[in-house]
Amino acid sequence: MVSILILTAAVGAVTILLVQRLWAVFRPHHVTPRKSLGLLIVAGSGGHTTEILRLVGSLSHAYSPRHYVIAESDEMSASKIHALERSRAERDSPTKCPQYHLHRIPRSREVRQSWLSSVFTTLNSMWFSFPLVHRIKPDLVLCNGPGTCVPICVSALLLGILGIKKVIIVYVESICRVETLSLSGKILWHLSDFFIVQWPALKEKYPKSIYLGRIV
Amino acid sequence: MKSAFVTVGTTSFDDLIACVAAEDSLRILKNLGYNRLVLQIGKGTVVPEPFSTESFTLDVYRYKDSLKEDLQQADLVISHAGAGSCLESLEKGKPLVVVVNEKLMNNHQLELAKQLHKEGHLFYCTCSTLRGLLQSMDLSTLKCYPPGQPEKFSAFLDKVVGLQK
Repeated sequence: MVSILILTAAVGAVTILLVQRLWAVFRPHHVTPRKSLGLLIVAGSGGHTTEILRLVGSLSHAYSPRHYVIAESDEMSASKIHALERSRAERDSPTKCPQYHLHRIPRSREVRQSWLSSVFTTLNSMWFSFPLVHRIKPDLVLCNGPGTCVPICVSALLLGILGIKKVIIVYVESICRVETLSLSGKILWHLSDFFIVQWPALKEKYPKSIYLGRIV
Repeated sequence: MKSAFVTVGTTSFDDLIACVAAEDSLRILKNLGYNRLVLQIGKGTVVPEPFSTESFTLDVYRYKDSLKEDLQQADLVISHAGAGSCLESLEKGKPLVVVVNEKLMNNHQLELAKQLHKEGHLFYCTCSTLRGLLQSMDLSTLKCYPPGQPEKFSAFLDKVVGLQK
């Protein structure tokens, strides 16, 4: 009974989200001039982390503070992030403390987990994601497809729906995706403000996506 | 010292390990001038016996924290189709042969290897065609893999978020 209620609530929430999103998409975007912006980066595991850190490495100091979200127990990603931030600090301002923070949330989906049980684990990680995103209130969320990015982006969207803050969501599909989108990509195609692909075949299939060549 | 490095990543690929460690393959590698073969076998159950003679050395291990060093030292990389292994080898400028595991169909990882093959950055085969390919391939025909351009991403982002310089 409880699960049916939760499911109904989830479906209801998603419907509301979609309606709001449609409205937001059709509304013209205004570019607000700014000097800096807070960044929330969703690092996944393995290849996802490597890719997204290359993108973060190319961003200027204006993207500060930087908040990284990793899945619990993902020590590999944590050490890659520390290494990147250390090298940034050495390169730019050896005397200043680097402006970055690391946050851990439960995994929303293990590789090969079934779709239905993913829905529940994702809802569970929403429970952790929303308070986190609400606390950070980033200007921009950057992600590239680990399962963890879905609850984070939904939370970011909720901030906008609740009128707390409009968060820009940027999704970069992994270089591994040449012809088909990942599951996260298929979901965030509807939710992101900017959806970037790295192969021309995907740009053809999704004409509204952005193709800048190979960026990682 | 010319060495070949075989990597299967965090998975297992017994057919590849068995094929490349077989007597025939070792003879082909020797004929091509290789005198060292390193096998990274992951979770595999086929574990060839390492040996070292005057003319040839076979090293075998399951995992290492970083494969960087072995990749760096290799003159030829023979890899499973995993995106991480493929990209890392190409970025280091290593000639690469990707061996597709036919038992893993519809694996999305194949997308990338196929595309990179289409663009001429790597050779592509199955276990049954590996030996033929090793003998016939001409490594000088491979195109080098240019680095990605994250600066295009940052320029794009600066513009769309309205960042003032």
